[in-house]
Amino acid sequence: MNESAIEIKNLTYKFNSSDSYALEDICVEIRKSTISGIVGPDSAGKTTLLRCITGLLTPQKGNIRTFNLNPTKQQEEINKILGYMPQKFGLYEDLSVEENLNLYFQLKEIPESNKNEIFEKLYHFTNLEQFKKRAAGKLSGGMKQKLGLACALLGKPDLLVLDEPSVGVDPISRKELMKMVKELSSCDTTTIWSTTYMDEAQSFDFCIVLNKGKIIYKGKPFNLGKNTKEFENKIIKIMGGYKEKESFLAKDFTLKKTDIECPVRAIGLEKKYGDFYAVKNNTFCIKKGEIFGLLGPNGAGKSTSFKMMCGLTTPSAGSAKIMNIDIVKNPSKARSYIGYMAQKFSLYGSLDVLGNLNFFASIYGLEGKEKETEIKKVAEVFELEPFLKQDAKELSLGFKQRLALACAIMHKPPVLFLDEPTSGVDPIARKEFWSHIKGLAKKGVTTMVTTHFMDEAEYCDRISLFFKGEAIATGTPDELQKKAHTKNMEEAFSVLIERSQTK
Amino acid sequence: MLKRIIALVKKEFLIIWRDPKSRMLIIIPPIMQLFIFAYAMTMEVRNIDMAILDRSNTLESRELISKFESSKWFRKFIYVKNENELRKSIETQKAHIALEINSDFSSKIKRGKTADVQIITDGRQTNTAAIAGGYANEIINKYSDEFSKGKNTKINFETRSWYNENLEYMYYTLASLVVLLAMVITLLLTSLSIARERELGTFDQLIVSPCTPFEILAGKTIAPMGVALSLSMFMAFVAVFHFKMPFRGSVILYLISTVIAILSITGVGLFVSALSKTQQQAILGAFTFQTPASLLSGFISPIEDMPRFFQYLTFLDPLRFYMVIGKGIFLKNMPLQDVITNLIPLCIIAIITLGGAMWLFNKQLD
Repeated sequence: MNESAIEIKNLTYKFNSSDSYALEDICVEIRKSTISGIVGPDSAGKTTLLRCITGLLTPQKGNIRTFNLNPTKQQEEINKILGYMPQKFGLYEDLSVEENLNLYFQLKEIPESNKNEIFEKLYHFTNLEQFKKRAAGKLSGGMKQKLGLACALLGKPDLLVLDEPSVGVDPISRKELMKMVKELSSCDTTTIWSTTYMDEAQSFDFCIVLNKGKIIYKGKPFNLGKNTKEFENKIIKIMGGYKEKESFLAKDFTLKKTDIECPVRAIGLEKKYGDFYAVKNNTFCIKKGEIFGLLGPNGAGKSTSFKMMCGLTTPSAGSAKIMNIDIVKNPSKARSYIGYMAQKFSLYGSLDVLGNLNFFASIYGLEGKEKETEIKKVAEVFELEPFLKQDAKELSLGFKQRLALACAIMHKPPVLFLDEPTSGVDPIARKEFWSHIKGLAKKGVTTMVTTHFMDEAEYCDRISLFFKGEAIATGTPDELQKKAHTKNMEEAFSVLIERSQTK
Repeated sequence: MLKRIIALVKKEFLIIWRDPKSRMLIIIPPIMQLFIFAYAMTMEVRNIDMAILDRSNTLESRELISKFESSKWFRKFIYVKNENELRKSIETQKAHIALEINSDFSSKIKRGKTADVQIITDGRQTNTAAIAGGYANEIINKYSDEFSKGKNTKINFETRSWYNENLEYMYYTLASLVVLLAMVITLLLTSLSIARERELGTFDQLIVSPCTPFEILAGKTIAPMGVALSLSMFMAFVAVFHFKMPFRGSVILYLISTVIAILSITGVGLFVSALSKTQQQAILGAFTFQTPASLLSGFISPIEDMPRFFQYLTFLDPLRFYMVIGKGIFLKNMPLQDVITNLIPLCIIAIITLGGAMWLFNKQLD
């Protein structure tokens, strides 16, 4: 058995602004040279725990020994052995990739002699060599995370702490991140990685499952489940379980009758930046009540397509029609049919929950009695009632997501556009979310969604797979799997992309 | 459409008002500046040159003049022989201030009567004039006290300011400040508004809604305008009731002018905001406009004294016209015709800046 890297005894932490404990009576021991996962829903205390371990927060009660040091009192010594990557890594967005690496290289006081060798290796693993001179702010989400991780890995830290490094990153880049950690950290490195992705957590040596500030499981992930699905189901079970139930939201949802067969249509959509095609000749038709998924790695053109469909970007050629109305020619009318939910929380944080509901109801033309009943209904369905007077920015991520969906569907839109709606959300909240979407689809709501989660792709009726600006395959999840001769979406995704690359 | 605009305006108001930090940021600094400027902007002036017309030419009058000579503030004394020379010395700015002693000065104080002395200051240099006039007052008062010990004598002196009768320096500053601060508030509120939404990610959500760009901008114009208007009224109120500044013109004219001035600055603010990706950029952009706009407004130095090129440049500055109207209405009853001559360029600037903001906003949606 390895000796222990981190020992935590009876750790309790409470934020001044909150009544409940962020962490309560945590006891755990993390062994040296292992990769440990911290898993749990949003606001379970994952970040707080990591910040206590690294000495950024001082707990009110309990003991922490990090590499036999007291994190609060011996922060300087800890910093010498620590590689820390917070949720948003402190990259300097105006500096180039190389300048960022250089900066962290110097900050960590690594001897200059090995510099070329180290940098070469990092460039090799991150595939960032060709983007050396590009400003960090102009990299895609996945590349930024890789660069952040590369900076954290500089100097081969004994302790590597990664706070949800893979949120909003496509599956291929996620795999690469994992590979980087496993291969680049020396075998003595102890890694702690917090995540909401079950497939990641399942692959670690050790995992700590947190819920509402308490540890509900610690041990080998393998003992919970031999594969991701099993693991996820087990986690959901110990977190209190999830029962598939009919969505209350969808129950009283009625749409105005239309004869339109394809509420959402793209006809030869194209977006060109100079000589570069971000999206090339994209044509599709989403049938009424269908859930249509746009999939692809970061920068493949799915976001651009999505934006053109919403009218956030004007296409260079082709057109997008919502309920047979061209979004460029008559944007206000076309948009009144859309319910939109962005990837990043995009409601007014400084308004309270009720203020947000009121505002979005009004701009979508609801008024008087109808507005009141609609607001009351969504507040009830999404269990937002206790928070009506709370500022939206103070909600937990899961509730923010609910509020965003509530604001998007109050006006009963026949079309729903969701841009990575569940990134960073825990599995239970995600299942709940999809039960609403499924229910709405049954009532005839047409949905277009972009996602990184392969299991989420399976909720879609049809999927369009993007790569290098083109839709390389379109079909039901089954069809795509058959085409790729694989048994799950994730593999199908990789196979189909590889195939199009060799073409 | 109207309902959406109302919803948007309400939202903008709430966003400005709900956050205690932003509320403080809007209210406290302007009022603080108002007080600090009003109280602190009296600077000491030395090396004053004085023209003296001593018609009395007696022991008493020379004694008074010697008081001036021995004070630390005055440097040079130019003795003039008549009214004409006195006028010339002020006009050519050889002297900042002039002292005129009547021929019956000595006989009057000897008889215990009130003697008249006149001080003339150069009103074109308001600051120096006011301060030099103040020193002169002090010296004459002292002399008067000494002389009249036990007697009933008094020297009555009258300070007159040429080119700016009834010089009230603090009022001048206050009136300009109320105008200046109205601009600062408007610029701050509007320049942040689009940039804030961009930075926080609410912008896309708004664009994907049925709101048209016109409606969004209308919301972003009306709400900050309301806040800026009420704050600038409040500051005018403080100036009039706390600092006892006169309000000689028409309140309605002042209100109308303020609305148009704020509109023209709103256009600038929204233009800056549409250009900025983050709030930080927006603030920098606002400053880039604010500093030259205040310098060219005529608040710090008179426009007539600027080089020709800059004089032309001031025609682009909405603050220049609003400054003239503001001071005109506060300090003298500016006639309607003069107000309108200054309002027309303000209207033109408002149309251009708001139109520009609209154009840029639309263009960026592509």
